[in-house]
Amino acid sequence: MLQERIPDLAKFVEPDRVRREVYTDPTIFELEMQRIHERVWIYCGHESQVPQPGDYYAVQIGRQPMLMVRGKDGGVHVLYNRCPHRGNMMCGDRHGSAGEFFRCSYHSWTFQHDGTLRTIPMMESGYEGTRWTRDNPDCNMKRAARVESYRGFVFASLSEEGPTLAEFLGPSRIAFDDMCDRAPEGEVEIVPNCFRVVQHSNWKIFLENQLDALHPSVTHQSTGRAARDVEIAIEKRTGHAPLSYHMLSAFATVTIDKWDVFQTLNYPHGHCILTGYMGLRPKDPDTLAYERVMEKAYGKARAEEILGVNIHHVLIYPGLSVQSPLQQLRAVRPLGVDKTLTEIWHFRLKGAPEPIYRRSLAYYNLVNSPATMINADDLENFWKCQQGLASEGGDWVSFHRHFGRDIAKEGYVETGPNMGTSEAPMRNQMKAWSELMSKD
Amino acid sequence: MATKRKGASPRKALKKRAVRSSKPARAVKSAAVTRLNGRDTQHAVEQFLYRQAEYLDTKRWQNYIDLFSGDGIYWMPPDPSHTTWEGMPAIFAEDQNLMTVRMNRVLHPDAWSQRPLWGTNHVVGNVTIESEKPNGDVVVRSRFHMMELRRDDVRHFAGSYVHHLKRTKDGYRIKLQRVDMTNAQAAYDYVLQVWV
Ligand code: FES
Ligand SMILES: [Fe+2]
Repeated sequence: MLQERIPDLAKFVEPDRVRREVYTDPTIFELEMQRIHERVWIYCGHESQVPQPGDYYAVQIGRQPMLMVRGKDGGVHVLYNRCPHRGNMMCGDRHGSAGEFFRCSYHSWTFQHDGTLRTIPMMESGYEGTRWTRDNPDCNMKRAARVESYRGFVFASLSEEGPTLAEFLGPSRIAFDDMCDRAPEGEVEIVPNCFRVVQHSNWKIFLENQLDALHPSVTHQSTGRAARDVEIAIEKRTGHAPLSYHMLSAFATVTIDKWDVFQTLNYPHGHCILTGYMGLRPKDPDTLAYERVMEKAYGKARAEEILGVNIHHVLIYPGLSVQSPLQQLRAVRPLGVDKTLTEIWHFRLKGAPEPIYRRSLAYYNLVNSPATMINADDLENFWKCQQGLASEGGDWVSFHRHFGRDIAKEGYVETGPNMGTSEAPMRNQMKAWSELMSKD
Repeated sequence: MATKRKGASPRKALKKRAVRSSKPARAVKSAAVTRLNGRDTQHAVEQFLYRQAEYLDTKRWQNYIDLFSGDGIYWMPPDPSHTTWEGMPAIFAEDQNLMTVRMNRVLHPDAWSQRPLWGTNHVVGNVTIESEKPNGDVVVRSRFHMMELRRDDVRHFAGSYVHHLKRTKDGYRIKLQRVDMTNAQAAYDYVLQVWV
């Protein structure tokens, strides 16, 4: 049906440009939800969000309201947040505990944590002779078709078919390896707080911005300069300013011409990595103490290998953006063609000294809180993009920068030397988009 | 309990009360003095809170920052259960240095999201003095309601303030301002530009 209304989807995307309707047409959005978000692996949450049996978190996959819940057997399940009786939503809170079992607020049907029907009041007398019997799978809360986790990060796919999570992630799994390996104990745990920010723009505009090396020095220069001035003043007064000022002032000191030295790596399924930039190994006592703990845990060579990983950002298409060296991620939940929710989480490196946690926490607060002086200007651009794309002032979005100069490698595409501001990541995302959208 | 109450004659109880209230006549007098002081404190604190809100609504950012002591903190927790900003996720946890970054950024000509600037109106009320130390330091609770207009959009924010005020020769200075904004529990439709 939908496809009939979009007769020739292929004509919307060319290798170096995309038609504006891809960001503004509600019909295309519906089709994206069906063919992309409700099929591929979508990040649900981290296992440490649901430590006890019955603990749950509500999560949106495409248009589907889901629950991530810890079972009595220790496994994590992902269920549709819906009662199979008359369709009542099962859990009305964003998170909480279901207790021993789910109990529907309408007629008191109860379900195990894996969704299996437990009890129906007066079941024998009420359902004898009907086709509503315990062995009817429709009696259970419906489960996500597939659930897998990687190093504690839980993903679900609402389609029976498709690559395994490991195949899907491919080299982008370095996002989780880099995050967990930086913990002396090899794992991270959730910091129980989620900053949720609504953007008045299409979900793809957010993703395209994540690896856009061309924008930070322009979009964020006001904050960078303001922070640089205060950083200098503090340095004059005390000889040393906290690292958090440097995190902000870098937006001014790393000017637009300096971003080309970084590099993007572009993988199948739309995933991309932006290397470089996060110089998080200063020689201060906190860092040195942490490095000693790491050496003790992993040995000198392995610790050096872990701490030397040179990643700024990993984008896991179509719904996750990870800053592994700072242990934070943003999960993207499309709410409509021009409305997107991001859920922003921070993780603690298990076994790392407190100051290392505090350092990444400072970044989380400054860059990702709802009072952010950084993302505020991104959100402004996203909204303006959405406004501009709704106009008939032009039909195309341009992704021409350094087009034709990408270097195809074994299994990935990398940007040419000194072409860090290439729009290769956007082209790579749209390539994945076209592939997914063309499948019935 | 019940029998005891029954046993005591009403007149006796009345007498007892009369004795109790009439006995320390001097104490009553001093209580009256304390009350008068309390009224002064109440008035001074209210004026301080109203002035702070006025600085926000008239965009006198430097005056606003100057209301904080050198080690003062403006803190907005994301969750009412938090008891400290240290080591915790926070919507704001800013000292005068960070507040200066925020001010300079807002004033920078290329702060894109700050053009056009927004307008706000704060109303502060329910001002209750929680405690007052002999040195004049007070802890005061209040409630606020803020309306914001940006482009054509109106937003409302409301919540509570707890101010820990230090008495100095130049008047009160804020050692800690805790802001529990009710909206903090919901997703943010756009972000906060400056302090609330
Ligand atoms: S709708 Fe859930 S028990 Fe009836
Ligand atoms: Fe940005």
